[in-house]
This record gives sequence, C-alpha cells and structure tokens, in this order.
Amino acid sequence: MSSAPSTIPAVPAAKPRRIRSGQERTNWPTTAILLVCTLGVLVPLFVTVSMAFKTTGQAVDGNAFSLPSPLTFDSFAQAWTLTNFPRGFAISVFVSVIAVTGEIVVSALAAYAILRNWDRRIFRWSFFYLLAAMFIPFPVVALPQIQLTGMVGLDNPLGVAVLHIVFALAFNTMLFTAFLRSIPLELEESMRMDGAGTWQVFWKLIFPLLGPMSATVGIFAFIASWNDFMMPSLIISDPEMQTIPVLQKIFQTQFSNSYNVAFASYLMAMAPAIVVYLFTQRWVMAGLTQGAVK
Amino acid sequence: MSIMTKPSPDAAVKAPPRATTPRARKSRVDPLYYLFLLPSLAIFTLAVTLPAALGFVYSFTNSIGFGDFSFIGVRNFIAVFRDEGILGAYGFTLAFSLVTVVVVNAVAFLLALGLTSRIRFRTALRTVFVIPMVISGIVIAFVFQYLFSNSLPLAGKAMGIEPLASSILANPDLAWLAIVFVTAWQSIPSAMLIYIAGLLTVPPEVYEASSIDGATPWHTLRHITFPLVAGYAVINTVLGFKNYLNTYDIIVGLTDGGPGVSTRSVAMAIFRGFEGGDYAYQMANAVIFFLISVAIALIQLRFTRGKGGTAA
Repeated sequence: MSSAPSTIPAVPAAKPRRIRSGQERTNWPTTAILLVCTLGVLVPLFVTVSMAFKTTGQAVDGNAFSLPSPLTFDSFAQAWTLTNFPRGFAISVFVSVIAVTGEIVVSALAAYAILRNWDRRIFRWSFFYLLAAMFIPFPVVALPQIQLTGMVGLDNPLGVAVLHIVFALAFNTMLFTAFLRSIPLELEESMRMDGAGTWQVFWKLIFPLLGPMSATVGIFAFIASWNDFMMPSLIISDPEMQTIPVLQKIFQTQFSNSYNVAFASYLMAMAPAIVVYLFTQRWVMAGLTQGAVK
Repeated sequence: MSIMTKPSPDAAVKAPPRATTPRARKSRVDPLYYLFLLPSLAIFTLAVTLPAALGFVYSFTNSIGFGDFSFIGVRNFIAVFRDEGILGAYGFTLAFSLVTVVVVNAVAFLLALGLTSRIRFRTALRTVFVIPMVISGIVIAFVFQYLFSNSLPLAGKAMGIEPLASSILANPDLAWLAIVFVTAWQSIPSAMLIYIAGLLTVPPEVYEASSIDGATPWHTLRHITFPLVAGYAVINTVLGFKNYLNTYDIIVGLTDGGPGVSTRSVAMAIFRGFEGGDYAYQMANAVIFFLISVAIALIQLRFTRGKGGTAA
C-alpha cells in the first residue's frame, strides 16, 4: 500500500508542522503502534485476496488466514460467469456515471443561481427547501418511492441514479455555495461587461472555476453509488438489472459453499472503488476537510 | 451515501448571505437563474416531497400497497407503539447507534492524534487507514460474516474461549457486537479525517507554549486539544447518528436481522412493509422514525450551539 502516489499533499495546514518536525525526533513508539493498527484494515483485505485464490476444497476448512495452496484462478472465472460480471459491471458503471455527472451539474447550477440571487426570497427559500433533504433519509420515503418509481417506469438503474442525485443534493449544493463564495465577483462582472450572458458566464467561467469542488463531489458520488446496496436492492425490480453489490447476495442464497468463488467476486466488486480512491485521494481528503470546516 | 460527510446545516444557514450582485441591483432577475434552479427543485419535489406526502397520507389508511383502502385514523400509530417487534427494532437501533458513535469517535480521535504527531510513513499510513471508507458496506459485511462464523470459532476453540467457540452471529446476545464492529470499521476513516482537519487547525505555537510552561502531555491533551476539537466531535456525532440510525447494508450482510429479530434495525422493519401487506402500518412507523430522527438531530444541534462552536 505504501506504493500509493507519494505526491499527495497532506491536508493544507500539515505543511508547517512537517517542516518543524524535521528539527525534532521521529516519534517511533506512535509510528509502531499505528503500523500495528493497520493490521485492522489490512487483515480483512488480505483474507479477501487469499481466499479468492484458494480451491473450493481448501476454502471450506474455515481457516481464513492460511495461504492458498495450490494457487488457482478458477474462482475468478466462476465468479465472472455466476454473477454475469460484465453485465453487472456495465449497469454499475451506468448508475455511477449518471450519478456523478448529475450530482455535479445539478448542484452546481442550483448553488450558482441561489447564491447570486440570495436577496430574493424564492431563491433563499429554495435553498432551505433543498437543505431539508438532510433530514429525510431514504428509509423514511422508501415505500412510496418504490411504488412511484414502479408506476413511472423508473424501477431500474436510471431511477437509482436519480435517487442518488436527490439524496446528495443538499450536501452538494452546500459545498458548492461555500466554494462559490470564494470566487471574486469582479471576474464575473468584467465578463458581463464584455456582453456575456448568464449562460456563458456559468459555463465558461464559473463551472471551470468550480473544478476542484466538482472533483470532490464527483468522487464521493462515485464511491457512494458504486458501493450502495440499499437503494438498488429495493428500487430495481428486475434481478437481471442489478448492480454489482446486490449481485453478491447470490453467494448467500444459491452458492453458499463456494467461498473461494464468493471472495473472488467480492474482490472484483471492491477493486474499482479502491483503485479510484488510490488515484484520487487528494480530493477525497480535501473534500472531507472542507466539508467539516465550512 | 454514508461515506459522505455533511457539515452541520447550521454552518450553511449562516453561509450564503452575500447579497448584492450585479443582477440583484438591477431589480430584474435573469430568467435563466430559474432554469438553473429548476432541475434540483423538480427532482427533489418529485422524488422526496411527493413520496413523503403520499406516505404521510397512507399512514392513516389500511392500504396494503395496492388496491382499495380506507382511512382508519391514527390506529396504525397506536398499533406501532404496541408492537413489540417494532419497539425492539427502535431499542436495537438507538442502542447500536449510541455505542457505535462512542466507539467510532474514540478510535478515530486516537488515530488522528497519532497521524498528526511526529511519525514516519505518515502519508502511507493515512492512505491505509482511509481504505475502509471506500469499500462497499455489504461486501465487507460478507467478508466479516465468513470470519465471524467460520474463522473466529476455530480460533476460539483452539484457545479454549467458550463464548467464541461458536459463531457470535448466531448468538442473540453477541451478534450486535459484530454489527458495531463492522460499522465502526467502515465509519472510522471519515471521522478520523475530520479530527485530523480539526487537529491541524491548532497552531503548533500553542503546544510549544504549553510544553514550555511545563504541562504534561495529559494536561495538554485535556486542556488544549480536547476543547479545541470539541466542535469536530459534535460534527462527527451528528453525522454518525444520522448514518447509524438508518443502518441497513451491514446488517443485511452480517445477520440479516437475526438471530430471530435481535438485530433488526428500524430501516429493515420499514422495508418489510411490502412483504407482510402492512404497507400503511410501516408508513406510520416511517413517520414516527422521521420525527425521532429530526428530534435527535435538533437536540444535537442545540447542543452544538452551546458548546464548541468554532467548527460547527
């Protein structure tokens, strides 16, 4: 894991302290304790990988910590066909792409309109209306939602993607309004002076400037929609159209003794989000800190 | 959604009042702004407000989810309060949320303290500690389910520890601990990152001054670090509660509510509304659940205003 990109700047304020630390001694006991603590994260991941390469015969002995012997790739091939991985993958990607794009565009547009018209009641009230979403978790409205999505033909991956956009709306709009306030109005004014309309100002100036925040929102949208089980399992009515996390259930119901195949499948389900995280962790960190401080 | 952190709404309420814009001074709003606002208002109204209103109406009926129904007043609500299964789900969900919030905050704070001290491999360590946050709840729950029901009993037998010799997931008294464990495993990273952000706002000079004054590390922690990160603890508590009250994925993966109904959460009870024909009944439950969630959030926000205001 230490091979992760070493260029990640720490949370901004970390810099000064790190320079300071050059003059002082490394705290080895704490380093050692933390290294031991990483086992809490790494052991379950090791088990997943190791189990995935075992034979079915070895996997049923219950000893998760043994190394695979003999090593086999068969479980991946089986998992691939049992879950119909390519189809599940395509559906999960479809949901994630719509959720990511939708969350960024819809929230950025709303945040811009609200902030620039804050002195108008209707925009102010809209803001608080959207904010109310924070208090309405999915389980509270799930039953009528299942009914309604069924009625309008959205009991499919598209409906799930839309719901992801809706339930992240309050938080994203808040992040974008906070970020927008740091963009000086002068830029916009001079562009308008040159005759640009609201549409051009937004797409040519504001949206590009929102880039870092869009990256954060997009990554969280991806992680949330890729990993979610609750919404797709309840909303998508056709089992053939299920996303990757929901497909893993077949190893509890139908193939409950093929542990090695199950773990190969779990590994394939986890890998995309972990890979995306390792390459984008800069924005993951930035997003969480900004979210907390603002 | 659970990984996403939400700052206290409080902060946002204060946020936008930066009023005068070139448009505003001109007393006429560019209609395009309405168009910008439209998509979010439309999907929110159709996908949340409308179902919420429908559900509210249904909670006063005897609907089974389709077909005819009639209004029966508050009978569903009275029945919910007498339903031991549902009261049990509330008891479990609240107790589970409380314990998990405490565990997550304690571990996350300690890890954050460690990661902001003068250690080696800081970036690599942080990278590793954040990984659980990006793993699907149900998938990691399946992994732990195997460990708890197959590997842990083997270890328990080998070491002669009686309670561990059989699967703790099959033990009605212990299964909830497994759920707390896996939920904490997944939730600690985001809480930890928020604590790191909080700890980094403390200027190093403060620590220097306190060490010059001869404060012991414990005194520094108690009188300087704790008060300064109190606001972040509130954020983590509010966000944590919000997520844990709606817990579903990890329970499905570990116990599916069992053994019996000992680990059934409120969300799981509500979702059963389509199975047993008690649709309207579970809508009444959802209305009550909503009111309780809002009450808990408001109590916490109230508490925020009184205490540790810096971050929140």
